[in-house]
Amino acid sequence: MFFRMLMRATMVKPGRVFSALMAVVVAASVATAMMNLYVDVQAKLRKEFRSYGANVVVVARDGQKLPPDALSQVENILGNSGLAVPFAYAVARTEQGAPVVVAGTDMERVRKLDAWWSVTGWPSAPHSALIGTRAASVVSPDKKSFTLTFEGRKLALNPAGTLRTGAGEDSRVYLDLKEFTAWTGVPPSSIEIGASGTPDEINGVIGRLASALPGAEVRPVRQIVEGEARVLGKTRATLLAAVAMIILTAALCVLATLTAWVLDRRRDFAIMKALGASERLVNGFFAAEAAALGAVGAVLGFAIGIGVAAWIGRVNFHAAVVPRFGVFPAVFAGSVALALISAVLPIGLLRRVQPATILRGE
Amino acid sequence: MFVRMLYQSFCRQRRRKLLAGIAITLGVSVATAMIAVATDIGDKINRELRTYGANLVVTPDEDTLDVEIGGVNLKPASTGAYLDEAALPNIRGTFWRHNIVGFSPMLTAPAAVQNGSAAHPVQVLGTYFSKQLKYGDESFTTGVRITHPWWKVSGAWPGDESSDVLLGERLAQQLGRKAGDQLEVSGRKLHVVGILSTDGAEDNQIVAPLAVAQQFLGKPGAVRRLLVSAMTKPEDALSRRDPESLKSNPELWDRWYCSPYVNSIAYQLQEAIPHSKAEQIRQVAQNEGTVLERIKGLMLLVTLAALLASALAVSAAMATAIFERRSEVGLMKALGAGNAAVATLFFAEAALLALLGGAAGYGFGNLMAQQIGQWVFNSRIAVQPVLFPVVIALAVIVTFAGSAASIRKAMKFDPVLVLRGDA
Repeated sequence: MFFRMLMRATMVKPGRVFSALMAVVVAASVATAMMNLYVDVQAKLRKEFRSYGANVVVVARDGQKLPPDALSQVENILGNSGLAVPFAYAVARTEQGAPVVVAGTDMERVRKLDAWWSVTGWPSAPHSALIGTRAASVVSPDKKSFTLTFEGRKLALNPAGTLRTGAGEDSRVYLDLKEFTAWTGVPPSSIEIGASGTPDEINGVIGRLASALPGAEVRPVRQIVEGEARVLGKTRATLLAAVAMIILTAALCVLATLTAWVLDRRRDFAIMKALGASERLVNGFFAAEAAALGAVGAVLGFAIGIGVAAWIGRVNFHAAVVPRFGVFPAVFAGSVALALISAVLPIGLLRRVQPATILRGE
Repeated sequence: MFVRMLYQSFCRQRRRKLLAGIAITLGVSVATAMIAVATDIGDKINRELRTYGANLVVTPDEDTLDVEIGGVNLKPASTGAYLDEAALPNIRGTFWRHNIVGFSPMLTAPAAVQNGSAAHPVQVLGTYFSKQLKYGDESFTTGVRITHPWWKVSGAWPGDESSDVLLGERLAQQLGRKAGDQLEVSGRKLHVVGILSTDGAEDNQIVAPLAVAQQFLGKPGAVRRLLVSAMTKPEDALSRRDPESLKSNPELWDRWYCSPYVNSIAYQLQEAIPHSKAEQIRQVAQNEGTVLERIKGLMLLVTLAALLASALAVSAAMATAIFERRSEVGLMKALGAGNAAVATLFFAEAALLALLGGAAGYGFGNLMAQQIGQWVFNSRIAVQPVLFPVVIALAVIVTFAGSAASIRKAMKFDPVLVLRGDA
């Protein structure tokens, strides 16, 4: 009997139920999309911040060298959550005797880690070099091949392209690391690492690297790490305020609609009381209706909300958004709770009124 | 008669009007706060991005090549050109002086520290810490405390006119010195007031006021490099064009010159400081554009969601308010009012509610926006005055839209059924 009444209540006046359900669905989807976004935006923004380059650096301590397997140890520890680029430096001389810093590195990796390097052509063939714009006028002013000498050993190089960064790289000549080491014999003196993840994960990586390489100094690049923490922190706080306001408004919308819906059914309520239903039964009936509405609305709203969050992810971040199913319990509980409040409150107010008064239309 | 009915409607049904009014006020205040925050957040985040430090560097245009590994400069001291320190305050006279948050000159001089009986070679880096400069009758402060916020000092920062210095962390460890010690450097006595920690090359150097480094080098008024931190506009198609090619088109030139692109600011820095070459520090300048665009895009979408939620809340409140009054509608129609008259009365009520609720909502929204600004950014959110008419217009439109459907339904009621209580 109880369930039959519940079903009939929905069938008889579908219009009113539908608009009440709509309110819950919209509110739940907005709440889901916002919470999904809040949880996900940090991961997305962190990826953007990785384009600033290395946030951890491994250098040999004074007077020591990095062990030859340092790079492979770093790679083992990093796994998939970062990129490590070795750098080796030496001072060579041009044919005119002018000193110039030559650096050896892994071109493929440097291209990924330091995406802001403005390069006209990357060296791919042997004996080709990438020349910083300031070094170019000294080393190869007419863009032809040039020879550099290091401790008596000569190396003829072709300029493959120029490099512009606005920083120290503009004054150097970059070679492939293997070629550099074969020519100078100088091993890498530093490894720049772009580690991805939360600050705790990055600190964990630093700790593991420090214990794996006791002869080296492993430290975060403070400029990058502090800048990221600050901007991300402010963005997250603003987003939190916005999300809170939106969820509050959505809740208000649900409350208004559902309260009106229940008040509209006061004749049903009066009839049930007049027919002899106990208070508990009537309360239970309306609460069950409202809870069912809240539950169905929450499920539908959650699905739509995930879709909206995915759309936002695609449009703004050009990346897939991971649906955070952990948000569902909160949305479900919130919807059902709101529905119950908006059902129970008006019924509580109507309790004291005589059924006859309500049936008469007052 | 119409006005009297309108007035009575507000007087007699105060509670219902109040509830609808509160819904409108709340919806409008959320919308106002979100719009205010979203329009200002670009500026606020741009300022926060300055934590990354300088995004422009100015060097002498006749410079020789730097020979530097790991911050240690191997170039002989006497070579190289210099910028003129006296020209630095001119930066405050450029078009973008309010976008330029700070600048720090740098000059490195080789010296030697007496450590017991041995002389330990060091580099002395001269710069501004928190220097007061004057341009015209305007005075301003600039220095590494603004452009290098990740520099941490245990002890005190030196005064820019003194001969107090900071000792880099690692150098201090090597020499076994601490804050408060006296150092003898190349014949001069310097007082160490703090230990500097930067995780960079400066940890191995003595950082002194610019004048001290200039004295060691024997070149008063010389500056090797100038690092500038400015709030810029993200790059777009116009900014990537070569400025020389824009000179032929005055309108495009004006637009480029008067937009704070990083290249445009670099161009104006070159104009302000003679014999200089200015360019962007790509690591900082390139990436902040992307980050800023992402965050602004995100806030825009969130604002749209907020507007949607507010509109729904207001519509829901208005729809229920009118539905409850169907017996009134029945009575008016039974007394002979036409559909148009009843509809006009309800729309007029809705408009009045929207205006009053909208104005109150704008005030609250403003307060909420300021609260958010204080809590997150410790500064005021700049609210554009044009927001007020926009918000009121939105409130009226949404209130009308919310009421329209229910008013139309209310028109269709049979007065007899409604008055009997059967509808």
